Amino acid sequence: MSLDSPARGCRDTPVLKERGQREVFCGLTGIIWLHRKMQDAFFLVVGSRTCAHLLQSAAGVMIFAEPRFGTAILEEKDLAGLADANTELDREVARLLTRRPDIKQLFLVGSCPSEVIKLDLARAAERLTTLHAPHVPVYNYSGSGIETTFTQGEDACLAAMVPTLAATKARDLLVVGALPDVVEDQCLSLLAQLGIGPVRMLPARRATDLPAVGPETVFALVQPFLGDTHAALIRRGARHLPAAFPFGEEGTTLWLWAVAQEFGISRAHFDAVTAAPRARAAKAVAAHAETLNGKSVFFFPDSQLEIPLARFLARECGMTPLEVGTPFLHAAITGPDLDLLPEGPVISEGQDVDRQLDRQHAARPDLTVCGLGLANPLEAKGHTTKWAIELVFTPVHFYEQAGDLAALFSRPLRRKALLTAPIFRPEISRGPGQSPGGQP
Amino acid sequence: MKLTLWTYEGPPHVGAMRVATGMTGLHYVLHAPQGDTYADLLFTMIERRNHRPPVTYTTFQARDLGADTANLFKDAARDAYARFTPQAMIVGASCTAELIQDDPGGLAGALDLPCPVIPLDLPSYQRKENFGADETFHQLCRALAKPMPRTEQITCNILGATALGFRHRDDVAEITKLLGLMGISVNVAAPLGASPADIARMGQAHFNVLLYPETGESAARWLERACVQPYTKCVPIGVGATRDFLHEVAALTGLSPQVDESALRLPWWSASVDSTYLTGKRVFLFGDATHVIAAARIAATEIGFEVVGMGCYNREFARPMRAAAKAYGLEALISDDYLEVEDAIAAAAPELILGTQQERHIGKRLGIPCAVISSPVHVQDFPARYSPQMGFEGANVIFDTWIHPLVMGLEEHLLTMFREDFEFHSDAGPSHHGGKADLREMAEDAPLADAARGALPPGFASPRDISGQKMEAEAPPLPASPVWQALAERELKKIPFFVRGKAKRNTEAYASEQGVAEISVETLYEAKAHYAR
Repeated sequence: MSLDSPARGCRDTPVLKERGQREVFCGLTGIIWLHRKMQDAFFLVVGSRTCAHLLQSAAGVMIFAEPRFGTAILEEKDLAGLADANTELDREVARLLTRRPDIKQLFLVGSCPSEVIKLDLARAAERLTTLHAPHVPVYNYSGSGIETTFTQGEDACLAAMVPTLAATKARDLLVVGALPDVVEDQCLSLLAQLGIGPVRMLPARRATDLPAVGPETVFALVQPFLGDTHAALIRRGARHLPAAFPFGEEGTTLWLWAVAQEFGISRAHFDAVTAAPRARAAKAVAAHAETLNGKSVFFFPDSQLEIPLARFLARECGMTPLEVGTPFLHAAITGPDLDLLPEGPVISEGQDVDRQLDRQHAARPDLTVCGLGLANPLEAKGHTTKWAIELVFTPVHFYEQAGDLAALFSRPLRRKALLTAPIFRPEISRGPGQSPGGQP
Repeated sequence: MKLTLWTYEGPPHVGAMRVATGMTGLHYVLHAPQGDTYADLLFTMIERRNHRPPVTYTTFQARDLGADTANLFKDAARDAYARFTPQAMIVGASCTAELIQDDPGGLAGALDLPCPVIPLDLPSYQRKENFGADETFHQLCRALAKPMPRTEQITCNILGATALGFRHRDDVAEITKLLGLMGISVNVAAPLGASPADIARMGQAHFNVLLYPETGESAARWLERACVQPYTKCVPIGVGATRDFLHEVAALTGLSPQVDESALRLPWWSASVDSTYLTGKRVFLFGDATHVIAAARIAATEIGFEVVGMGCYNREFARPMRAAAKAYGLEALISDDYLEVEDAIAAAAPELILGTQQERHIGKRLGIPCAVISSPVHVQDFPARYSPQMGFEGANVIFDTWIHPLVMGLEEHLLTMFREDFEFHSDAGPSHHGGKADLREMAEDAPLADAARGALPPGFASPRDISGQKMEAEAPPLPASPVWQALAERELKKIPFFVRGKAKRNTEAYASEQGVAEISVETLYEAKAHYAR
């Protein structure tokens, strides 16, 4: 709100829809942050060695000694008889829950192979819930690459939990989307200062903290990739508060204001609560905007955060988006951000990576946001890149992280400037009149 | 179905990618769903490659399954040829595509592409990454290599190096140099660095040097039959193995095995008095069979360690692994279950682990130093500097690498003498490693009264909590464990952490054996004398 809306936004921009080779992760990857967020949950992928290898590679190869996720690897004999596969699954789950009595919720996560052989994990989850009741509810969702792209895994996971949430008639605010703990605390603190509550989170840190949902529930999304969860909550009677996403000073203010209005908070009180953090955020962003201002940016599709982030970079950092690629475009969810994103960039959905690389090459952007598979090859060709996965693995939401978010984009540009600066040749010499003893 | 937390090997199509990415002029069309592209980052991030792996993924989705995935494959293969114009193409399926049975080989064959197209049959639900690499290289040789006239000078091919291999880049350079000292030049090194055209002229070489049996043995065997090229069986890792290798090459070529060894330093580094502290240190080895078997020989005969456990994750090499372990009086651990390996290491209570990235984590958990000797490895094991494992320079590198995680000899003595120093204590870690030392409370030493009441003093038995509990929990329980007297417990605590676990086990075993119910300070020292070597 510090800036006026653009004359024309991108909501009506025709979308370039592409299909072909996609250089993105599948939905299983979400497990990497979800298993840290839900501290009493275990994620059991039913899949192949490829799934297990993906998880450990995406996690930077084994950053945890014994993680709260694992893969039940399908073997030849599981493919031959599905009945046996179910028996084997029950056995592995029983063994796991005995070994880890601290586990209070279990997610059976479907994969490409389990989908193709039509292993019914929904049925399995029902069966296992009965078997291990009341201690461990067993959920099921698909993180397969044939159905989900990267962050859609979190969407599928949360959507699977919604139907089992308790019913309520209370007028609660539900904040939906996994946030780093520090950011979640900041969000709750801001809402409390505004006088908004009670506030519940989905996902919750522990099974016992799971929210209830009902016709009086209003919910706000903090992640733009939660399309199915959005639909599932509406089916439970909850109402969505559409808003720009809380990235940067402007996004955070718009998001909070949408919630504040719903709860009848006065503008004066709102301004009083937000003035100081807004000023801090603006100041922190300004330090990086110096580097970013006037530079162009090109987004390859990755996390679905691309639209809100392009809005942040365009409006708060002075950058010019050339193409904003996203795996999926939920116009209903990212509409407020599309309205604010000044017209100009190509908005593309889906991917044909070789053709998109051709476009990127022709556009010669100052900064390219892309996945890990593309970043080094593009750097080697002289492009400056920001790897997109860091945007998902770093606290970037709300006021106090606005500067950190801008820094993620400015650091690659500063690094390039440092490494290509005019050569500095330090002189290493004692000089003529000096000798080791210090006597001329 | 088998629950897996971490895998030592990826699926077989990742092995095929290691071959394709190491080569030039070859393209891989992989029938696979979205998400399998994660494998690109193994090469671009972990190995820091500056180009994309030459792989086209067909990227089928759920909605394609009912429709026409076969056409999707054909379009992808045609487009890939048009865009990249490779000298040859390999085609295959990932685990999911294997289930939908589209026959990539047949489909690609029907396209009549103007380059050789080599189908790969890599069973994803039975085999793993090394098999995939080995089989892919084998098929490339079958399709492209032919018997041909030998080169006038004596030449050889170097087989088995791939992309993402542990130090493959530098091993090939080191062995090329070593062979050069004998007067042998390299005809083709493959797959790493070769093109399909290079593979086609492999038949010119007089013999083959097989560096990595895991990824090159099938090709070596096929070339032996088809091109009548003998291949070397000795893998030149370590001083002894390198000399054996030179003799093997000499026997094949009639050249002299005597080469300049002036740059070889390992033997003197081991013999110099500072290395006395290495003598008899207990080491546990785990990784791929080739590297573990070679490392055990170095550990036992070139540094003077005691090998207390060894094993490999690749079952294909279980036989030679078991035979090698037997030579050290051990039973080999053949397993790709990370937790099983962790249990075995905890039970053996070694002072040093030589393993993979996985064992590095186990070491961290158990509080045991670890050096990396085998794939899988992480980004820090793709160093910028020249750092081979093979040949004489490789032996030098290995000495430095293995010794680095240990506490230095004189430091070890000082810790033993003054272990209660609040800054310089056994929990602080080796002094040449940064960022580890955590200062203790100066008065942390447990009062005797506590120990007398039966409470273990803090930090008892192991330097780090997790590892301590772990070691206690995982070690096989001794029948009717003797009780430690308070003074004996205090005495035990004075033993530096890197030998404390062993001392505790030995003392308890000794006490049980002698029927001693209560361990006194005397029992501790009697046990020490009993186990003295």
